[in-house]
Amino acid sequence: MSFEPKIVAFLCNWCAYAGADMAGTSRIKYPANVVPIRVMCSGRVDPEFVLDAFEKGADGVFIGGCHPGDCHYVSGNYRTRKRVIMMKKLLQEMGINPARLRLEWVSATEGKKFATVIEEFVNEIKELGPSPEGE
Amino acid sequence: MAKIAMYWGAGCGGCDVSLLGIHEALLDLLDVLEIVFWPCATDFKYEDLEKMKDKSIDVAFYNGAIRTEENEHIAKLLRKKAKLLVAYGSCASKGCVIGLANLSTKEDIFDAAYLHNESTKNPDGIVPQEKAGDLELPAILPYLKTLDQVVEVDAVIPGCPPPTPVLVEALNALLEGKTTFGKEVALCDECPRKDTKPDKIEITKFYRWHEKEDNGDCFLAQNMICMGPATRAGCGGECIAANIPCTGCMGTVSRVKDQGASMMSAIASLMEEEMDEEKERELIASIHDMVGTFYKYSAARLLPKGRLKDES
Amino acid sequence: MKVSIDPITRLEGHGRIEIFLNDKGNVDRAYMQIPELRGFEQFCRGRKAEDMPIITARICGVCPEAHHVAAAKALDRAFHAEPPETAKKLRELLYNAYYFYDHCLHLYYLGGIDVLLGDVPKEERNVIGLIRKFGLEVGKEVIKHRRYAMEIVKTLGGREIHPVSSIPGGVSKGLTEEERADIEKKAEECIDFATTTMNIFKEVFGSKRWNEMLGLDSMQTYYMGMVDKKNRANYYDGDIRVVSPDGKEFAKIKPDDIFKYVEETVEEWTYVKFPYLKKVGWKGFTDGMESGIYRVGPLGRLNVADGMNTKLAMKEFTEFKKNGPVHETFGYYQARLIEMLNAAERMYELSRDSGITGTDLRTMPGEPGDGIGVVEAARGTLIHHYKLDKNGLVEEVNLIVATTNNNAAINMSVANAARKVIKKGKVDDILLNKVESAFRCYDPCLACASHALGETPLVANIHWKGKVYKRLEKNV
Ligand code: SF4
Ligand code: SF4
Ligand code: SF4
Ligand code: FES
Repeated sequence: MSFEPKIVAFLCNWCAYAGADMAGTSRIKYPANVVPIRVMCSGRVDPEFVLDAFEKGADGVFIGGCHPGDCHYVSGNYRTRKRVIMMKKLLQEMGINPARLRLEWVSATEGKKFATVIEEFVNEIKELGPSPEGE
Repeated sequence: MAKIAMYWGAGCGGCDVSLLGIHEALLDLLDVLEIVFWPCATDFKYEDLEKMKDKSIDVAFYNGAIRTEENEHIAKLLRKKAKLLVAYGSCASKGCVIGLANLSTKEDIFDAAYLHNESTKNPDGIVPQEKAGDLELPAILPYLKTLDQVVEVDAVIPGCPPPTPVLVEALNALLEGKTTFGKEVALCDECPRKDTKPDKIEITKFYRWHEKEDNGDCFLAQNMICMGPATRAGCGGECIAANIPCTGCMGTVSRVKDQGASMMSAIASLMEEEMDEEKERELIASIHDMVGTFYKYSAARLLPKGRLKDES
Repeated sequence: MKVSIDPITRLEGHGRIEIFLNDKGNVDRAYMQIPELRGFEQFCRGRKAEDMPIITARICGVCPEAHHVAAAKALDRAFHAEPPETAKKLRELLYNAYYFYDHCLHLYYLGGIDVLLGDVPKEERNVIGLIRKFGLEVGKEVIKHRRYAMEIVKTLGGREIHPVSSIPGGVSKGLTEEERADIEKKAEECIDFATTTMNIFKEVFGSKRWNEMLGLDSMQTYYMGMVDKKNRANYYDGDIRVVSPDGKEFAKIKPDDIFKYVEETVEEWTYVKFPYLKKVGWKGFTDGMESGIYRVGPLGRLNVADGMNTKLAMKEFTEFKKNGPVHETFGYYQARLIEMLNAAERMYELSRDSGITGTDLRTMPGEPGDGIGVVEAARGTLIHHYKLDKNGLVEEVNLIVATTNNNAAINMSVANAARKVIKKGKVDDILLNKVESAFRCYDPCLACASHALGETPLVANIHWKGKVYKRLEKNV
């Protein structure tokens, strides 16, 4: 049987989550491997959540936020970007492929983009195989 | 008289020494405590420990981490015999610096010690075996574990080793049967440099503390990484008083699970808000050794299941 | 056959002696095993150079100062940053305070019990038994002076255990006049206490029991230790001198060249390696001129030195070495007492040094490179070697830890003592303690964690006729 990765997606309420919704209502297909978690802002995604997701067995973690300049809380997404850059460096040092963590800006209208990046990400993780962390 | 036990696992012995840090008060303590098992203090043996009734020890302190089968065995035994089992110090509770070994496999460790080592002459590539002739070596676990990864733990005394005031408070609480104690605030709160910590810090370059003159202000304000914001108060800022940034040995306040994550989060908010992405990358790339910086005392828990490396 | 002591763990609590008896019940072979490995040489790779004095302190909680300072010295070299005079003096002062409390612990809490109390039942062989015999006042004095020395460590190093003040190129913290005066006062009292300690032990020296102890084990080995320019013992800095069993200088080594002289070998039945003098070679467990085994620690240092750098200690030294090098293993005790006195005197001297409150504390580091740092830990020569990359991150680490240098010698001492006291299969707790007392002379780091109140944890299996005939566990 082919490997079906488990992916946790933290989606900001105002943009990425709305974008995912949009994809749904427009019947744009995207892989079912994703467990979406709605957060008020991507800035709410503490690095601890990401590590926790990996520890609990996620093969990939996706964070979706508003485009730069569009964050409802002004700078939440800038902070997120810094955290993600840091987290990727940490993952690398830990021996986990940093490609398992992905940040994308998705606006409420970009249902198609959402579906595309998720599909891309899922394929990439399929290629990488199961996460060495988690069980 | 309260019955007390103390055991060290894989650690440096500093935790045992720290118990002597109360100096003369130790003599008084001997009047109210009965030590029923303390390998370094008394002649009680494993055998004696095994014979004790379950839950007959009031408080058992375990210091050091779990690196060998023997460590694991004693941890389980103490859990059975003690009413309260306490993780004493950073090794027992977080894995401490020796937890950094969990980023390497046992094979890597052997390689660095026996095979590729400058002063070692080893033409036949010999490495130690668990059984050689009529001698045996106890098994080293593939990865280091913390006490709570093996048995249930009732309380934690933080620190590497626990600073004397923290220890005294913890001992008093535990002897009254209380398992919560200590300050639930960040170190910055009691830092000797606290008054120089500005409300807003905008880091534009990270300095390492050996490469910059210290001007006596809050280290973060000087753009040097100090673990204060992600570290639990209690030591009074001992290192900072000696002009060295906090490296985080006290662990976190109890509501925070992950010290490194909490520090990364803090750092992200201390960088200029609307920075150009390229600049951001450059700046973050200059933070060397993230694991050793943010998880110096808690890396063991980063890879608790210790699986193979990801190909990247 | 050989024995293992792990160079990078503190060895606390996990020691084991294996004694093999022959058909007649006499000792055939004996081993001491220390079965632990924590992997510092591996996991220090990739760390930031400036973190090394903090990380390596955690090799040992009893002698963290030794690792802390050795690491800083290696970094001074690696960053080409020679510390200013004041910084060196402050490190040396911290270092002597550490020597004082560490020797004090061995003499009153650990090995010293064997000498001061003799063949008493095991229940009494600990510091509480000692207090019973010598009185509560003595106990309080011991605790007080140990506290003094640790307070000095905290003043200088920032923390009582695992200090932080030594950095590449110097120290992070200077001394105020107030702190200096406090140290001077404490150091002066420590000299008196060291003298008292010397007298307490001297009551035993010369007794029949003491002569028996001296007779338990004697070995003609090489010796190694650090000396200053006048060949006087120095703990913090200098060259490494090696003398041969006849007391003649065999080599004087610049710290940077140490690996030209010392090599280690690996065996599959032990987690730990065996250092020996490269130019003499590894000949197995045997002493004499032809065997590369050398001894370090108090006896090693005094045997290589021509003198001490303080007055009272020098007087004792002259007496101690009047017949040339001392080969009896129990000579470690006399050497340790002399060093404790020397450390107290040196603390006092340094605390009165006009440069000690200077404010020039560090030299800023240059380009990162390669550095070796050598100090005399209380238990012997300690070597840290780091290779740094261009970012000042550690690329490679090599450590030879004090007790490891004594690895072979300790095992020979255990076997020698076992042969002397175990005959015809007769073994009891008192006899076994005599065997242990031989290795306690060295104050091996096995004892590190156990310096609280007593003895070293140990399992002794006596093998006879192919099976474990008797298993004695002590303090495990
Ligand atoms: S917590 Fe620190 S002091 Fe305690 S055993 Fe571990 S390394 Fe040593
Ligand atoms: S960041 Fe460090 S130096 Fe600054 S106030 Fe906090 S603990 Fe003190
Ligand atoms: S300042 Fe930080 S590293 Fe130093 S003792 Fe306190 S908590 Fe530990
Ligand atoms: S609200 Fe969408 S990223 Fe902040």
